[in-house]
Amino acid sequence: MNSIEIDARGLRCPMPVIRLAAAARDAPAGTRIIVLASDPAARHDIPAWCRMRGHEMSEMSEMSATDTPSADAAHRAYLRFVVLVLPQSSKAAGTGSGSERWSRAM
Amino acid sequence: MLPTARATLMAALDAGWADPRRLYAEGRAARALLDQAREVLAEGLGVRPAEVSFLPGGQAALRAALEGLRFAGRRRGARMVATAVEHSAILTTGRYHAAAAEDASLFAEVPVDRMGRVDLSALAQAVALPGTVLAAVQSANGEIGTRQPLERAHELCRTHAIPLLVDAMASLGRDAVPEHFDVLAGDARSWGGPSGLGVLVVPERTRWRRPGPDAEVEHGRTDVEPVVAIALAAAEAWRQTEATRADHSALSSAIVGRLRAAAGNLADVDVVGDARDRLPHVLTFSLLYVDGEALVIELDRRGFAVGSGSACTSSTLEPSHVLAAMGVLTGGNVRITLPLNAIAPTLQDDVNRFIAELPDAVAAVRAHLGATGL
Repeated sequence: MNSIEIDARGLRCPMPVIRLAAAARDAPAGTRIIVLASDPAARHDIPAWCRMRGHEMSEMSEMSATDTPSADAAHRAYLRFVVLVLPQSSKAAGTGSGSERWSRAM
Repeated sequence: MLPTARATLMAALDAGWADPRRLYAEGRAARALLDQAREVLAEGLGVRPAEVSFLPGGQAALRAALEGLRFAGRRRGARMVATAVEHSAILTTGRYHAAAAEDASLFAEVPVDRMGRVDLSALAQAVALPGTVLAAVQSANGEIGTRQPLERAHELCRTHAIPLLVDAMASLGRDAVPEHFDVLAGDARSWGGPSGLGVLVVPERTRWRRPGPDAEVEHGRTDVEPVVAIALAAAEAWRQTEATRADHSALSSAIVGRLRAAAGNLADVDVVGDARDRLPHVLTFSLLYVDGEALVIELDRRGFAVGSGSACTSSTLEPSHVLAAMGVLTGGNVRITLPLNAIAPTLQDDVNRFIAELPDAVAAVRAHLGATGL
């Protein structure tokens, strides 16, 4: 299984999600994308991105500096997400929080 | 503030300047004006004048509502329950009391669904725990508009003899007056009145007691004398807003419906909150690959004043607790609160222009972030 790691620690919202989306766009279905993020919004917005774009979030864990001894002070507390890229056809459609649709095109 | 409320405020500053507790003619005149204002609001809220107190602002009324129920229930316990989307004045006070007692179980935050509506079975479980002294449920959320099922919540609370505190700060003057509560708090700003006036309704049947020494003003529910002119202006605004509320609600709701549809046509958008069972004048949506701060500034540049619940627009860099509790996208968030249309006569034109310009504004922010073709 392909695996990609994105270190988005220190990046502010919405950059972690943009980095994740760019990686997912170019990755074949079945790819595991690991995202490390320290922005507080990532806790909510990476799961929301998965729901809106029909990918699967298989894991979210709280991390601290003890998990990565090399991390500098700014990266002390962060979140680690594991996202599974699903095929395009399995995208969730129109069942989100509002009654309105969303689409893939810009 | 509504123009007539402003005129009332100015006139009342002349007529009602005196201390309403004094017995000389000017004092008695001020007292009569204050009583008049109370009668107007009591009638509008469907309660008796003695049950209505004026406090310095909606948040003060909300905190007083909570502290009075908590103190009155102190022999029963100290545990409080609130929905996770309540006003921060409720949530921070509840967390403070729990932290001060070093007992996290003293404040329970009840989860909401994706629409922001309280989970009634979780609420039922929460109020069933012994030692609970109050439950706080808002009439509707001012950020996302979703209404709460107050009637059912009140039934659940009554089963366990728990008083229900209803925060109506977002809905009074815009939506039907809540009927199911044991204590109600509101803010004159929501019905086009001046800032600095909160309303606390404590029906006679409710056990409520202000902590601290006995107070003499406002039926003993505060020790801050209300500003008579501000109370009069609030009453005048209520009179006017109530008279036109049905028309304003229908118009606002139709406009918000159009805005929701326009927002829903954007790519990668989460239009938040209930599409139907909501306040008529509030709309919120979040966009992927958009920086909330940049979008607010881009829209401001185009002449639109919108709010945002995104982390990058808050001083704490934390996203809106309401959006977070709902599990919806918090980034790229735009919040629109329609003014009372007596204040904004050009509302329809502004909305048309907003709908026309929104896609460009979003595209501009996304292009600036290099977030195209994702």
